[in-house]
Order: sequence, then structure tokens, then C-alpha cells
Amino acid sequence: VNLLSAILQPALHLVLLLALPPLLPGVVARVKAIVAGRRGPPLLQPYRDLLRLLRKGAVYGAGTSWVFRAGPVVSLATALCAGAILPLGGPAPLHFAGDVVAFAALLALGRFFTVAAALDAGSSFEGMGASREATFGALAEPVLLLVLTLLCVAAGGAGGAGGLGAAGFGDVLEPVGAAAAALTQPVLVVAAAALFVVLLSENSRIPVDDPNTHLELTMIHEVMVLDHSGPDLAFIEYGAAVKLFLFAALLAHLVLPFPAGPWAGAGVLVAGALGAAVAVGVVESLMARLRLRRVPQLLVSAGALAALGLAVLLQRGH
Amino acid sequence: VTLLLVSLGLALASALVAALLGPAAGERAGFRAATVGTLLACAVGLAGALQALLAGAEGTWALPWTLPFGAVIVGVDPLSAFFALCATAVAGLAALHALRSCDPGRAASSAPPRAGDLPRAARFASLYALTLAAILGVVLARDGVLFLVAWEGMTIASWLLVGHDEARPEARRAAMTYLIASHVGAAALYVLFALLARHAGGFGFEAIAAAGPMAPALAGTAFGLAITGFGTKAAFFPLHVWAPDAYPAAPPPAAALLSGALSKMGIYGLCRALFLLAPAAGPAPATWWGALLVVVGAVTAVWGALNALARRDLKRLVAYSSVENLGIVALGLGLGLLGRAHGLPLLAYLGFAGALLHVLNHGLMKSLLFLLAGDVVAAAGTGTLDRMGGLLRRMPRTAAAFLVGAVAISGLPPGNGFVSEWMILTAGLRGAGGLPGGAATAAVLAVVALGLAGGLAGAAFVKAYGVAFLGAARTPEAEAAKDPGGAAGAAVLAAAALCAFLGLQPALAAILPGRAAAALALAGPEVVASAGGFGGVAVMAATLLALVAGLTWLRARLLRGRAVREGPVWACGYEQVGPRLQYTASGFPEPLTGPLTGAVPRRLDRAGPDGYFPAAAHYLDRMADAAGEQLVVPVVRRFVAALGRIRALQAGRLQLYLLYVLATLVLLLAWELVISP
Repeated sequence: VNLLSAILQPALHLVLLLALPPLLPGVVARVKAIVAGRRGPPLLQPYRDLLRLLRKGAVYGAGTSWVFRAGPVVSLATALCAGAILPLGGPAPLHFAGDVVAFAALLALGRFFTVAAALDAGSSFEGMGASREATFGALAEPVLLLVLTLLCVAAGGAGGAGGLGAAGFGDVLEPVGAAAAALTQPVLVVAAAALFVVLLSENSRIPVDDPNTHLELTMIHEVMVLDHSGPDLAFIEYGAAVKLFLFAALLAHLVLPFPAGPWAGAGVLVAGALGAAVAVGVVESLMARLRLRRVPQLLVSAGALAALGLAVLLQRGH
Repeated sequence: VTLLLVSLGLALASALVAALLGPAAGERAGFRAATVGTLLACAVGLAGALQALLAGAEGTWALPWTLPFGAVIVGVDPLSAFFALCATAVAGLAALHALRSCDPGRAASSAPPRAGDLPRAARFASLYALTLAAILGVVLARDGVLFLVAWEGMTIASWLLVGHDEARPEARRAAMTYLIASHVGAAALYVLFALLARHAGGFGFEAIAAAGPMAPALAGTAFGLAITGFGTKAAFFPLHVWAPDAYPAAPPPAAALLSGALSKMGIYGLCRALFLLAPAAGPAPATWWGALLVVVGAVTAVWGALNALARRDLKRLVAYSSVENLGIVALGLGLGLLGRAHGLPLLAYLGFAGALLHVLNHGLMKSLLFLLAGDVVAAAGTGTLDRMGGLLRRMPRTAAAFLVGAVAISGLPPGNGFVSEWMILTAGLRGAGGLPGGAATAAVLAVVALGLAGGLAGAAFVKAYGVAFLGAARTPEAEAAKDPGGAAGAAVLAAAALCAFLGLQPALAAILPGRAAAALALAGPEVVASAGGFGGVAVMAATLLALVAGLTWLRARLLRGRAVREGPVWACGYEQVGPRLQYTASGFPEPLTGPLTGAVPRRLDRAGPDGYFPAAAHYLDRMADAAGEQLVVPVVRRFVAALGRIRALQAGRLQLYLLYVLATLVLLLAWELVISP
């Protein structure tokens, strides 16, 4: 039985990580369509789009270098690598003390290369998107780390050696999940709210960015990838879907109680991720995007929220 | 210690050779002899440091030589050996680069060759060797007086290095600022060592450490003095104001030495002071020590990163990133001290080891970046980012090495900077869960500051890389740039390879500072062994590289036989996209720095053209350091004004001075005869 679970768990993790992500943008689009009274595209449309792009040739911007071509590859590779670290309903295939930090750093590396590729295009539109992405990314990173700190503190000394707290997803998420998560710990609701804001910002969603806008001047993520095509664009779209899935999975771990066992855990995770996608769709339907100058305020408020939760935890002495 | 002393002697001899040979046998001969000597000194020193670190050769030797008040005692322990390793590695790489870039015969230095260029090369090499010798002296000294002598020698030699290009007013100004700041710091150190010597009855480090516990007030005062004195050298906020001027003013290899090795002496001093102030036998340091270091580090790191992001001059941007990274080191030290204060050896070990490893990592990546910045500035003929652009195609080797450095210094995997920042962040996260209330808040502050500084630094370096190397050339000069060859290229590639290696082999990297950190943290081998995760980081880095390689292969496979072509980039249908349409170094950070003009103020200085027959007009747009303008300058002004009153004493009349001498003598006589007995 142990051998089976030793193979089953990583295999399940891999299948979830590779197959599920494109479903999420489909769900978001469907929710938006329903709220707007339309029928909307099929749920599986993102998969078809990806396949179509993978079958195409490529056009590269004139005068671009290998950094431009490295952007899509690195952004997808970092997202997948981060996915190997994050537990998806069960332990992750790659886990170590401090992997929480590595998760954040991998996503930052993906951003670094996306921004560099955009600057390589040499067009002011892509430079503009790069500038905005770098700005919001720099502000989202401490908020994400604050949320992760809150998680580490909330998990207490459960997995920590040497009288210290934990800093590995395995030690952090499982105790939290076992304790029926946010349902019993009000602080985690605060953390979840802050994490949801980071999710919206990091995945270029309303109210930070509008993935459906057609005006280059207002875009952030979309304008950075304007000049990618074919398999490169497929890598970017897929990588973005994986990133959205990772944040949704983290959110699910925070909010939902996770039962033991690989199948049950995976089931709860899928439900949670889809639920997060529905929430994103609802937010996108009900809100307008903020003015660019307002976005930092949103991120800072999310950070303040997480800091408040942390203050409560520390005051209580864990 | 023998090898390290030989290295010191070699460096001194090189300095002497250059000083003597320069006038006698020609500048170039003097320069080359001294630089080769410095390289030799670095190689020997590196071997000695590695031997001491890995084989555990340590000890103290008293040399038969006397100093007034002190004694010539030298010694090696893991801490000394580790910092000697950092210093010799950085100095060696930079000297290798200098062999090409500062060679008077090749004249590839930043300024166009001038008549005054040649006579100074030997002097440069001599000062460079002298600085290295002084650094080694600081690291080896085991006596307060000897330490201060070496410290002063280091300051003076490096001051001359900063002001080496004395024809430029900004270099003279930067050198003066550096000298004054250094002496303010040194003043604090004099008081510190005087206090310690009074407590212990001698200047020897062993005597001080063994002198028994200090009163908390005395220890606290001494710690405050140590932070001020050593923090000035390490450029902690707000005493960092000298750094962003001094590094760009110095020739590139000297800048690498200053930022990569010399500023780390501040960290070394701080660690050494901890051995003296909070010895293993004594009481644990107070919580506020660690908390203070965390706060100082947090402000320094974020301030440095924000200012780096705002800069438009490549060297200045890199210089501010030095300020940021020294702040990160302070965060690690602070967390380590919190661990000591609360009896958590694992936290202390993680904090100290992360901080020390970051010293080595930053030394390597910063010397890499300063050397590359020097190459770029020399090739493009300007330091302004907005006049570069598209250098990747003209300087492929430089561009590839710069990318390694930029990723590493932003704390991103798989660079070496990630490993040390990961250790410090992990320490912060675990400390937040394990420390009691107030100390845990400090740990949270460390995590948030490191996150923010990391994000800002990433933005700063992606900007620098994007504007300088990517896109299209913005000026004809940038279009004509070329990779430097020979020793300069080799030095840069070696530095980049070391950065990548330490990033991919974190467990190996962590061995180097391991024993020093364990000694600082009072952590036994079982604690060191329980600080895990290095294997995980290595697997992650390997996975990442494999994924990148696999996806690159997959894309090539998919595109085989399909139409792959180049087209104009999208600019709303506008086809004539020229280099001037590219985003600029000032525009890129605007969403962040625009609302923060209070912190990163922009000063416009413009005049004319006015009237019908306009005379000379000028336009100068520069960034100022708000901390310098609003915190340091007013204090200095007031201080100088107060000192103005004393200047009445210096009337410039010989008779008056003779009177002073007489009065002093009479007073001393009176003291001896009347009061003293």
C-alpha cells in the first residue's frame, strides 16, 4: 500500500498540475458569461486554443534577441517548478524546509524573464506593460510573503525543529488543513482575503488588470506578450493558467478542510480551485478595474490586512 | 596563518614594487609587476583561507614586535578565514580584470586616454595592493590597537583609490565624503575599543573576551558604538551616503574591491565585536540588539533597492544595490542575534550563516556587476542607461554574464544570491513562529523588508538589463560597442561561473561560512546538521534548468519545418518603430518612484536659453538621496557651525601657537606636581 501511494501521490500531483490549469480560465469566462446573460464559450475552449497555438509557426519581432525567446520558456518552467513544490491535496513531490520561500522566488524569476522579454521587443507598449508588471510585482511580493508568514505562524511549532516554527509547505498547510482551516481560525479568513488580492494582482485579473481589454494603453500582462506567437504564446498562456491554478490551490488549502488520502485530497483541491475560479469570475463581473494609481493602494491594504492577522496571532502567543 | 601572512606580505611587497618601479622602470612595468604580485597574493591568501576553513588550521601568534599600548598578535579562526576568503577571491577577480582594463598600454579605462593617464597606473596598482594588505591585516589582527592601525590603513589606501581619478571634481568630492564618513565611523571605534580595554585592562581580543561579563549598560553602549562605527563602513542607513558616490568614482576594479571586499569589513568588525561583547560564557545579548539590527537592515535594504530602481546611471544603480545587500546581511545578523537572545541556536545559526554566505555571494556578484558595468561604460562611452541599448548583440559575452549577475543579485533561483536570501528568509519565517511576541515582530519585519527589497531589486536589475542590453541601440556609440577581451573577459566569466556554481551547489556553499556561523550562534554540530533544505534547493534548481532545457527543445521540435519569420513589433499599427520609442530608464520605475518623490527626489537644474541672443544654457536632471539631504547634511552643517567657534584658536600666528605649547607644558607640570600625587 505504501509503495502504491508513493507512486500514486506524485503521479496524481503531476496529472493535476499539468491537466487542470487551462480549465480555470474556461470557468472564469463561463461565469462571466452567465452573469452577463450570455451562453459563453465552451468550458474546454482554453485547451483548444492551446492546441491550435502549438500547431502554428512563429513570428518574432524584428531585432529581438534570445532573451525574447527565453521569456515564454522561463515563465512556464518557473510556474511548473513552483507547482512541483506546492502541495495539491497531498504532499508535493519536492518539499524541503523553506520551500515556501522558493515558491515565491520562482514566481519572481518568471516575472523577471517576462519583463526582460517585453523590454527586448523595443516597443513602448511592451515597455509600458513591463514597467507596470515590475511595479505591481514588487509590491505583491511582500504581501505574498506576509501571507505565507501568517501561515507559518498559524501552523505553530507543529513541524518545526529546534523550537522554531515551520517554513515548509508540508508542515504549514497540513496542520492548517487538518484544523478545518478558516472555518475555525478567523485569522485565516483574513489571510485568505489578502491572498485573494495577491491572486488577482499576480494573475492580471480585474480589478488590477483586464485580460479582455482591447486597448494597449490599459493593458499590463497582455501588452507584454503582444509580440509572441505560436508555441511561444501557447507557453505563455499555459504558464499563466498554471500560475492561476497554483494561487487557487494555495487559497483552497487555506480555506477548506483537507481529508487524508490522495483521492479525497485531490477531490477537495479540484473543488477548491474551481471555486476560486468562480470567485474570480464573479469579481470580474461585478467590479470595474481600478485606476492604475490605485492598484498599489489595493496591494498595500492587502498587506495591512495580513499584518493585522499576524499581529493578532502574535498577540495571542500563537 | 602562515599562508595568509605570506599573502599579506606579498600584497605589501607588490605595493612597494609598484611605488618604486613606477618612477624607475616605467609605469607599465610597475603596474604589471604589482598587479601580478597582487594576483599571486590573492592565490596564496585563497589557499590559506581555504586551508584554514576546511582543514581547521587555527590559532593565534604573537609576533615579537611592540606597538604603543598594544601588541602584534595575529590569528586565524573560521570567521577570519571566511572573510579572508571573500576578500582574496574578490580582489583576485578584480585584479585579473585590472590587468587588462587598467593597463596603461591598452588604455581601455573608462575615460578617454589623456596625458595624465600613464603616470598613475603604477600608483593605482600600488594602492590596490595596499588596500588588500590592509584588509588582510584587519582580518588577522587580534589586538585592538593593531586592528585600528590596519583599519586606518585600509581607509586611507581606499580613500586614495576612490580619488584616484583626481582630475574629475566628482571623484575628489566623493573621496572627501568617504574620508570624512570613514573617520566619523572610526571615531566610534576608538571609543569602542577604549571602553573594551578599560573593562578588560588590555587591548588583546582574547583578554577582552575572557574578562568576564560586562554590565548590560556598558555592553549596550559598546554594541551601539560598534553598529555606528562598523555600520559606516558597511554603509548602513543613514550612514550610507558616501557609498553611492564613492563606488562609481573609483576605477571599476577598485569599485569591485571596495564594494565586494572592503565594505564587508564592517560586517566582519560587527561579528568580531559580537565575539567580544557577547562571548559564549557571558550572558546572552539583549533582545534589542537583534531588533535594532533588523530595523537598521530593513530600512537600509528597502532604501537601497528603491534608490537603485530610481537611478539612471548604471554604476550608481549597482552602487545602491550594494547598500541594499549590506542591509540584507544586517537582517541576517539581526535574526541571528535574536536567536542568541532567546536561546534558539538553530535560528541563530540560520541567521548568521545566511548573513555570512550573503557576504561571499554579494562579494562575487557585485564584483561581477561592477566589472561589467566598467566594461559597458568603457564600451558605450557613457554611464547613462538611456544612451545604451541593444548591447546584447554587440557584447554577447558581457550581456550573458550580466544576466547571471542580475538574476543572482535579485535573489532569484538558480543564482547564488537566492541561496543566502533563502536562508535569511527561512530564518525569518521560522523565527516568526518560534520567537516570543516582540522578537517575532522583528522577524516578520525582516521577512517583509526582504520581500520588498527583493521585489524592488528585481525591478531595478531587469530595468538595467533591459534598457542597456535589450532592444535596439539608442546611440551610435552603443551601436559600436565591443566585448572586452583577454584577462577582463576571463575575470568576468570566472566570476559569473562562481555565482552560478554556488547557486547550483547550495550545500557546498553553506560549508564555507558554516563553522564561523556555528561559532557566532553557539550552535553545535547537531544544530548545523538540522538546518536542512539545501538538497531541496539543489534539486529545485536542477529541475528548473531541466524544465527550461526541455521546453526549449520542445519548442524547437514543434517549430521544425514550420514558417518562422521576423516581423515588425506591434506599435498600434505604426511601423516605423525606432530606438527612441523604447521605454527609458527614467520612465520604467515611474509608477513606483513617481508617487514617492519625497524618498527619491529629482533635482532639475536648468538655465536658459533666454532672450534674443541666448548665452550658454544647461540642463541637469539628477536624482538626489533624500536621506543624505534631509538627515545627514543638516546635522553636518550644524556640527560644522558649532566647530566654527573653536576655530578662533587657530589664528594663524606662530606666537599664539608657542603660547599654547607653553600653557600646555605648565598645565602638565602642575598636574604632575600638584594634583597627581
